[in-house]
Amino acid sequence: MSADTSSSAIGEVQGASLYDVDNPAPYIEAPRKRTSKTPRSTRGNFEMAAWLFMRLSGIVLVVLVIGHLLIQLVLDGGVSKIGFAFVAGRWASPFWQVWDLLMLWLAMLHGANGLRTVINDYAERANTRLWLKGLLYTATVFTILLGTLVIFTFDPNIR
Amino acid sequence: MPAGTLYRGREGMWSWVAHRVTGVLIFFFLFVHVLDTALVRVSPEAYDDVVATYKTPIVACLEYGLVAAILFHALNGLRVIAVDFWSKGPRYQKQMLWTVVGVWVVLMAGAVYPVLGHAAAELFGK
Ligand code: HEM
Ligand code: HEM
Repeated sequence: MSADTSSSAIGEVQGASLYDVDNPAPYIEAPRKRTSKTPRSTRGNFEMAAWLFMRLSGIVLVVLVIGHLLIQLVLDGGVSKIGFAFVAGRWASPFWQVWDLLMLWLAMLHGANGLRTVINDYAERANTRLWLKGLLYTATVFTILLGTLVIFTFDPNIR
Repeated sequence: MPAGTLYRGREGMWSWVAHRVTGVLIFFFLFVHVLDTALVRVSPEAYDDVVATYKTPIVACLEYGLVAAILFHALNGLRVIAVDFWSKGPRYQKQMLWTVVGVWVVLMAGAVYPVLGHAAAELFGK
Protein backbone atom coordinates (compact mmCIF):
# COMPACT_ATOMS: atom_id res chain seq x y z
CA MET A 1 0.00 0.00 0.00
CA SER A 2 1.04 3.59 -0.41
CA ALA A 3 2.22 5.77 2.37
CA ASP A 4 -0.64 8.15 1.87
CA THR A 5 -2.05 9.01 5.30
CA SER A 6 -4.51 11.69 4.28
CA SER A 7 -8.14 11.05 5.18
CA SER A 8 -9.35 11.45 1.63
CA ALA A 9 -9.00 8.54 -0.74
CA ILE A 10 -8.70 10.95 -3.63
CA GLY A 11 -5.21 12.32 -4.12
CA GLU A 12 -4.41 15.94 -4.58
CA VAL A 13 -3.54 15.43 -8.23
CA GLN A 14 -7.11 14.39 -9.05
CA GLY A 15 -8.57 17.39 -7.38
CA ALA A 16 -10.93 17.94 -4.49
CA SER A 17 -13.66 15.50 -3.42
CA LEU A 18 -17.10 16.08 -4.92
CA TYR A 19 -18.59 15.98 -1.45
CA ASP A 20 -17.99 17.81 1.78
CA VAL A 21 -19.83 18.50 5.04
CA ASP A 22 -22.40 20.74 3.43
CA ASN A 23 -22.86 18.50 0.41
CA PRO A 24 -22.62 14.93 1.71
CA ALA A 25 -22.37 11.90 -0.55
CA PRO A 26 -25.65 10.10 -1.15
CA TYR A 27 -26.23 7.25 1.26
CA ILE A 28 -26.10 3.85 -0.44
CA GLU A 29 -28.03 1.14 1.33
CA ALA A 30 -26.32 -2.16 2.02
CA PRO A 31 -27.71 -4.98 -0.14
CA ARG A 32 -30.56 -6.97 1.48
CA LYS A 33 -30.84 -4.49 4.29
CA ARG A 34 -34.22 -4.46 6.02
CA THR A 35 -36.13 -1.37 4.89
CA SER A 36 -39.61 -0.02 5.36
CA LYS A 37 -40.59 -2.20 2.40
CA THR A 38 -39.41 -5.43 4.03
CA PRO A 39 -42.32 -7.32 5.58
CA ARG A 40 -42.26 -6.97 9.36
CA SER A 41 -42.01 -10.68 9.85
CA THR A 42 -40.13 -12.82 7.37
CA ARG A 43 -40.51 -16.57 7.48
CA GLY A 44 -38.54 -16.89 10.66
CA ASN A 45 -37.37 -20.37 11.45
CA PHE A 46 -40.28 -22.19 9.85
CA GLU A 47 -38.18 -23.94 7.18
CA MET A 48 -35.69 -25.07 9.79
CA ALA A 49 -38.46 -26.41 12.01
CA ALA A 50 -39.94 -28.23 9.00
CA TRP A 51 -36.55 -29.73 8.19
CA LEU A 52 -36.15 -30.96 11.76
CA PHE A 53 -39.72 -32.27 11.86
CA MET A 54 -39.10 -34.41 8.74
CA ARG A 55 -36.22 -36.12 10.52
CA LEU A 56 -37.81 -36.56 13.95
CA SER A 57 -41.14 -37.77 12.56
CA GLY A 58 -39.26 -40.07 10.17
CA ILE A 59 -37.55 -41.87 13.05
CA VAL A 60 -40.87 -42.40 14.87
CA LEU A 61 -42.63 -43.44 11.65
CA VAL A 62 -40.12 -46.24 11.05
CA VAL A 63 -41.44 -47.99 14.16
CA LEU A 64 -45.13 -47.09 13.65
CA VAL A 65 -45.46 -47.86 9.93
CA ILE A 66 -43.25 -50.95 9.75
CA GLY A 67 -44.99 -52.28 12.87
CA HIS A 68 -48.35 -51.60 11.21
CA LEU A 69 -47.33 -53.41 8.00
CA LEU A 70 -46.04 -56.36 10.01
CA ILE A 71 -49.37 -56.65 11.82
CA GLN A 72 -51.57 -56.10 8.76
CA LEU A 73 -49.66 -58.01 6.07
CA VAL A 74 -47.38 -60.56 7.73
CA LEU A 75 -48.47 -61.80 11.14
CA ASP A 76 -51.47 -64.02 11.79
CA GLY A 77 -52.46 -64.85 8.21
CA GLY A 78 -51.53 -61.58 6.51
CA VAL A 79 -54.29 -59.61 4.76
CA SER A 80 -56.66 -62.58 4.78
CA LYS A 81 -57.69 -61.95 8.41
CA ILE A 82 -58.62 -58.27 7.92
CA GLY A 83 -62.28 -57.38 8.27
CA PHE A 84 -64.66 -55.38 10.41
CA ALA A 85 -64.32 -57.82 13.30
CA PHE A 86 -60.54 -57.59 13.19
CA VAL A 87 -60.61 -53.78 13.33
CA ALA A 88 -63.14 -53.91 16.18
CA GLY A 89 -60.78 -56.15 18.11
CA ARG A 90 -57.81 -53.85 17.57
CA TRP A 91 -59.54 -50.56 18.37
CA ALA A 92 -60.92 -52.08 21.58
CA SER A 93 -57.44 -51.38 22.92
CA PRO A 94 -56.43 -47.78 23.69
CA PHE A 95 -52.85 -48.76 22.88
CA TRP A 96 -53.62 -49.42 19.22
CA GLN A 97 -55.94 -46.42 19.07
CA VAL A 98 -53.09 -44.17 20.16
CA TRP A 99 -50.71 -45.99 17.80
CA ASP A 100 -53.00 -45.42 14.81
CA LEU A 101 -53.74 -41.83 15.81
CA LEU A 102 -50.06 -40.97 16.11
CA MET A 103 -49.29 -42.74 12.83
CA LEU A 104 -52.12 -40.86 11.09
CA TRP A 105 -50.99 -37.43 12.25
CA LEU A 106 -47.26 -37.93 11.81
CA ALA A 107 -47.49 -39.64 8.40
CA MET A 108 -49.96 -37.07 7.04
CA LEU A 109 -47.96 -34.06 8.26
CA HIS A 110 -44.65 -35.61 7.14
CA GLY A 111 -46.07 -36.51 3.73
CA ALA A 112 -47.81 -33.14 3.30
CA ASN A 113 -44.65 -31.23 4.15
CA GLY A 114 -42.71 -33.45 1.74
CA LEU A 115 -45.23 -32.73 -1.02
CA ARG A 116 -44.99 -29.01 -0.27
CA THR A 117 -41.27 -29.26 -1.07
CA VAL A 118 -42.00 -31.16 -4.27
CA ILE A 119 -44.55 -28.54 -5.38
CA ASN A 120 -42.12 -25.72 -4.61
CA ASP A 121 -39.51 -27.51 -6.72
CA TYR A 122 -41.53 -28.22 -9.84
CA ALA A 123 -44.40 -25.69 -10.07
CA GLU A 124 -42.75 -22.63 -11.52
CA ARG A 125 -45.67 -20.23 -11.79
CA ALA A 126 -46.68 -18.58 -8.53
CA ASN A 127 -50.33 -19.19 -9.30
CA THR A 128 -49.84 -22.89 -9.96
CA ARG A 129 -47.97 -23.22 -6.68
CA LEU A 130 -50.75 -21.43 -4.84
CA TRP A 131 -53.47 -23.71 -6.20
CA LEU A 132 -51.54 -26.94 -5.79
CA LYS A 133 -50.68 -26.08 -2.20
CA GLY A 134 -54.26 -25.03 -1.51
CA LEU A 135 -55.41 -28.43 -2.77
CA LEU A 136 -52.71 -30.20 -0.75
CA TYR A 137 -53.57 -28.44 2.51
CA THR A 138 -57.30 -29.00 2.02
CA ALA A 139 -56.81 -32.72 1.38
CA THR A 140 -54.42 -33.00 4.34
CA VAL A 141 -56.72 -31.30 6.86
CA PHE A 142 -59.69 -33.31 5.58
CA THR A 143 -57.84 -36.64 5.85
CA ILE A 144 -56.45 -35.94 9.32
CA LEU A 145 -59.86 -34.87 10.65
CA LEU A 146 -61.68 -37.82 9.05
CA GLY A 147 -59.14 -40.37 10.31
CA THR A 148 -59.22 -38.89 13.82
CA LEU A 149 -63.01 -38.88 13.87
CA VAL A 150 -63.12 -42.52 12.73
CA ILE A 151 -60.80 -43.64 15.52
CA PHE A 152 -62.68 -41.72 18.24
CA THR A 153 -66.22 -42.57 17.11
CA PHE A 154 -65.66 -46.20 16.14
CA ASP A 155 -68.68 -48.28 17.18
CA PRO A 156 -68.25 -52.09 17.21
CA ASN A 157 -72.05 -52.49 17.53
CA ILE A 158 -72.88 -50.29 14.57
CA ARG A 159 -75.24 -52.98 13.29
CA MET B 1 -39.36 -27.57 -16.60
CA PRO B 2 -36.48 -25.64 -18.10
CA ALA B 3 -34.59 -27.63 -20.68
CA GLY B 4 -31.07 -28.85 -20.17
CA THR B 5 -31.04 -28.86 -16.40
CA LEU B 6 -30.82 -32.61 -15.94
CA TYR B 7 -28.29 -33.12 -13.21
CA ARG B 8 -26.29 -36.22 -13.97
CA GLY B 9 -25.38 -37.15 -10.46
CA ARG B 10 -24.34 -40.58 -9.35
CA GLU B 11 -25.86 -42.93 -6.78
CA GLY B 12 -26.70 -39.98 -4.56
CA MET B 13 -28.95 -38.44 -7.20
CA TRP B 14 -30.79 -41.68 -7.92
CA SER B 15 -31.35 -42.38 -4.23
CA TRP B 16 -32.82 -38.87 -3.95
CA VAL B 17 -35.10 -39.50 -6.95
CA ALA B 18 -36.24 -42.83 -5.50
CA HIS B 19 -36.79 -41.25 -2.08
CA ARG B 20 -38.97 -38.54 -3.64
CA VAL B 21 -40.99 -40.93 -5.84
CA THR B 22 -41.63 -43.40 -3.00
CA GLY B 23 -42.60 -40.59 -0.59
CA VAL B 24 -45.19 -39.21 -3.01
CA LEU B 25 -46.57 -42.70 -3.74
CA ILE B 26 -46.96 -43.49 -0.03
CA PHE B 27 -48.76 -40.19 0.55
CA PHE B 28 -51.32 -40.93 -2.16
CA PHE B 29 -51.82 -44.45 -0.80
CA LEU B 30 -52.35 -43.08 2.70
CA PHE B 31 -55.04 -40.68 1.45
CA VAL B 32 -57.01 -43.56 -0.11
CA HIS B 33 -56.28 -45.82 2.87
CA VAL B 34 -57.86 -43.42 5.38
CA LEU B 35 -60.91 -43.18 3.11
CA ASP B 36 -61.32 -46.97 2.90
CA THR B 37 -60.81 -47.36 6.64
CA ALA B 38 -63.52 -44.72 7.22
CA LEU B 39 -66.02 -47.25 5.84
CA VAL B 40 -66.03 -48.91 9.27
CA ARG B 41 -68.27 -45.96 10.20
CA VAL B 42 -70.68 -46.80 7.38
CA SER B 43 -71.34 -50.49 7.93
CA PRO B 44 -69.41 -53.73 8.51
CA GLU B 45 -70.58 -54.94 5.08
CA ALA B 46 -69.31 -51.86 3.26
CA TYR B 47 -65.91 -52.21 4.95
CA ASP B 48 -65.62 -55.95 4.33
CA ASP B 49 -66.58 -55.49 0.67
CA VAL B 50 -63.78 -53.01 0.04
CA VAL B 51 -61.24 -54.97 2.07
CA ALA B 52 -62.08 -58.00 -0.07
CA THR B 53 -60.38 -56.26 -2.99
CA TYR B 54 -57.21 -56.02 -0.86
CA LYS B 55 -57.14 -59.82 -0.86
CA THR B 56 -57.17 -60.35 -4.64
CA PRO B 57 -53.95 -61.47 -6.39
CA ILE B 58 -53.60 -58.23 -8.39
CA VAL B 59 -53.88 -56.01 -5.34
CA ALA B 60 -51.51 -58.35 -3.50
CA CYS B 61 -48.89 -57.37 -6.07
CA LEU B 62 -49.64 -53.69 -5.43
CA GLU B 63 -49.22 -54.36 -1.71
CA TYR B 64 -45.84 -55.91 -2.40
CA GLY B 65 -44.96 -52.75 -4.31
CA LEU B 66 -46.14 -50.61 -1.40
CA VAL B 67 -43.97 -52.62 0.99
CA ALA B 68 -41.05 -52.09 -1.39
CA ALA B 69 -41.66 -48.33 -1.47
CA ILE B 70 -42.02 -48.01 2.32
CA LEU B 71 -38.99 -50.14 3.12
CA PHE B 72 -36.79 -48.17 0.73
CA HIS B 73 -38.10 -44.79 1.92
CA ALA B 74 -37.70 -45.79 5.57
CA LEU B 75 -34.18 -47.22 5.23
CA ASN B 76 -32.95 -44.43 2.97
CA GLY B 77 -34.62 -41.88 5.25
CA LEU B 78 -32.52 -43.20 8.12
CA ARG B 79 -29.47 -42.84 5.87
CA VAL B 80 -30.36 -39.20 5.10
CA ILE B 81 -30.72 -38.57 8.83
CA ALA B 82 -27.33 -40.18 9.46
CA VAL B 83 -25.72 -38.05 6.75
CA ASP B 84 -27.18 -34.92 8.38
CA PHE B 85 -26.51 -35.65 12.04
CA TRP B 86 -23.62 -38.13 12.25
CA SER B 87 -20.25 -36.41 11.94
CA LYS B 88 -18.92 -39.19 9.70
CA GLY B 89 -22.22 -39.51 7.79
CA PRO B 90 -21.23 -37.63 4.63
CA ARG B 91 -18.01 -39.63 4.34
CA TYR B 92 -19.84 -42.96 4.51
CA GLN B 93 -22.95 -41.96 2.54
CA LYS B 94 -22.13 -44.30 -0.34
CA GLN B 95 -21.42 -47.29 1.88
CA MET B 96 -24.65 -46.55 3.75
CA LEU B 97 -26.58 -46.47 0.47
CA TRP B 98 -25.35 -49.92 -0.49
CA THR B 99 -26.17 -51.13 3.02
CA VAL B 100 -29.69 -49.75 2.52
CA VAL B 101 -29.98 -51.57 -0.81
CA GLY B 102 -28.67 -54.79 0.72
CA VAL B 103 -31.02 -54.75 3.71
CA TRP B 104 -33.89 -53.82 1.37
CA VAL B 105 -33.20 -56.83 -0.91
CA VAL B 106 -33.10 -59.19 2.08
CA LEU B 107 -36.33 -57.80 3.58
CA MET B 108 -38.09 -57.89 0.19
CA ALA B 109 -37.09 -61.53 -0.25
CA GLY B 110 -38.47 -62.23 3.22
CA ALA B 111 -41.74 -60.45 2.36
CA VAL B 112 -42.47 -62.58 -0.74
CA TYR B 113 -44.19 -65.43 1.04
CA PRO B 114 -46.13 -63.45 3.69
CA VAL B 115 -47.43 -60.84 1.22
CA LEU B 116 -47.83 -62.89 -1.97
CA GLY B 117 -48.33 -66.41 -0.58
CA HIS B 118 -52.11 -66.23 -0.39
CA ALA B 119 -52.29 -64.87 -3.95
CA ALA B 120 -50.14 -67.72 -5.26
CA ALA B 121 -52.31 -70.21 -3.39
CA GLU B 122 -55.39 -68.73 -5.03
CA LEU B 123 -53.90 -68.68 -8.53
CA PHE B 124 -52.14 -72.04 -8.52
CA GLY B 125 -54.22 -73.87 -5.93
CA LYS B 126 -53.07 -74.89 -2.47
C1 HEM C 1 -51.44 -52.76 2.37
C2 HEM C 1 -50.98 -52.49 3.54
C3 HEM C 1 -51.86 -52.03 4.69
C4 HEM C 1 -52.95 -52.68 5.22
C5 HEM C 1 -53.53 -54.03 4.82
C6 HEM C 1 -53.45 -51.84 6.29
C7 HEM C 1 -54.55 -52.14 7.09
C8 HEM C 1 -55.13 -51.31 8.02
C9 HEM C 1 -56.25 -51.63 8.86
C10 HEM C 1 -56.97 -52.98 8.88
C11 HEM C 1 -56.53 -50.54 9.62
C12 HEM C 1 -57.65 -50.43 10.65
C13 HEM C 1 -57.15 -50.18 12.04
C14 HEM C 1 -56.12 -51.17 12.54
O1 HEM C 1 -56.30 -52.39 12.39
O2 HEM C 1 -55.10 -50.70 13.05
C15 HEM C 1 -55.59 -49.51 9.26
C16 HEM C 1 -55.55 -48.24 9.77
C17 HEM C 1 -54.59 -47.30 9.49
N1 HEM C 1 -53.49 -47.46 8.66
FE1 HEM C 1 -53.09 -49.07 7.53
N2 HEM C 1 -52.68 -50.71 6.37
C18 HEM C 1 -51.71 -50.79 5.40
C19 HEM C 1 -50.72 -49.86 5.15
C20 HEM C 1 -50.60 -48.65 5.79
C21 HEM C 1 -49.54 -47.70 5.56
C22 HEM C 1 -48.39 -47.89 4.58
C23 HEM C 1 -49.76 -46.63 6.38
C24 HEM C 1 -48.96 -45.36 6.60
C25 HEM C 1 -48.33 -44.72 5.69
C26 HEM C 1 -50.98 -46.91 7.11
C27 HEM C 1 -51.58 -46.06 8.01
C28 HEM C 1 -52.77 -46.29 8.66
C29 HEM C 1 -53.44 -45.31 9.50
C30 HEM C 1 -52.97 -43.87 9.75
C31 HEM C 1 -54.60 -45.94 10.01
C32 HEM C 1 -55.66 -45.29 10.90
C33 HEM C 1 -56.77 -44.82 9.99
C34 HEM C 1 -57.84 -43.97 10.65
O3 HEM C 1 -57.49 -43.17 11.54
O4 HEM C 1 -59.00 -44.05 10.24
N3 HEM C 1 -51.46 -48.15 6.72
N4 HEM C 1 -54.74 -50.00 8.28
C1 HEM D 1 -41.05 -44.93 7.44
C2 HEM D 1 -40.37 -43.95 7.99
C3 HEM D 1 -39.97 -42.69 7.23
C4 HEM D 1 -38.73 -42.11 7.28
C5 HEM D 1 -37.51 -42.58 8.09
C6 HEM D 1 -38.78 -40.95 6.44
C7 HEM D 1 -37.73 -40.05 6.29
C8 HEM D 1 -37.76 -38.96 5.49
C9 HEM D 1 -36.76 -37.91 5.46
C10 HEM D 1 -35.50 -37.86 6.35
C11 HEM D 1 -37.12 -37.01 4.52
C12 HEM D 1 -36.39 -35.72 4.15
C13 HEM D 1 -35.54 -35.92 2.95
C14 HEM D 1 -34.78 -34.66 2.61
O1 HEM D 1 -34.96 -33.61 3.26
O2 HEM D 1 -34.00 -34.74 1.65
C15 HEM D 1 -38.36 -37.49 3.92
C16 HEM D 1 -39.01 -36.87 2.88
C17 HEM D 1 -40.28 -37.23 2.45
N1 HEM D 1 -41.10 -38.22 2.97
FE1 HEM D 1 -40.55 -39.52 4.38
N2 HEM D 1 -40.02 -40.84 5.87
C18 HEM D 1 -40.79 -41.89 6.35
C19 HEM D 1 -42.13 -42.11 6.03
C20 HEM D 1 -42.88 -41.39 5.11
C21 HEM D 1 -44.30 -41.58 4.84
C22 HEM D 1 -45.21 -42.59 5.57
C23 HEM D 1 -44.64 -40.70 3.85
C24 HEM D 1 -45.99 -40.48 3.19
C25 HEM D 1 -47.10 -40.28 3.85
C26 HEM D 1 -43.43 -39.97 3.47
C27 HEM D 1 -43.37 -39.00 2.50
C28 HEM D 1 -42.28 -38.21 2.26
C29 HEM D 1 -42.22 -37.21 1.21
C30 HEM D 1 -43.30 -36.89 0.19
C31 HEM D 1 -40.95 -36.60 1.33
C32 HEM D 1 -40.38 -35.46 0.45
C33 HEM D 1 -39.39 -36.00 -0.54
C34 HEM D 1 -38.54 -34.94 -1.20
O3 HEM D 1 -38.62 -33.75 -0.83
O4 HEM D 1 -37.81 -35.32 -2.11
N3 HEM D 1 -42.40 -40.41 4.28
N4 HEM D 1 -38.74 -38.68 4.53
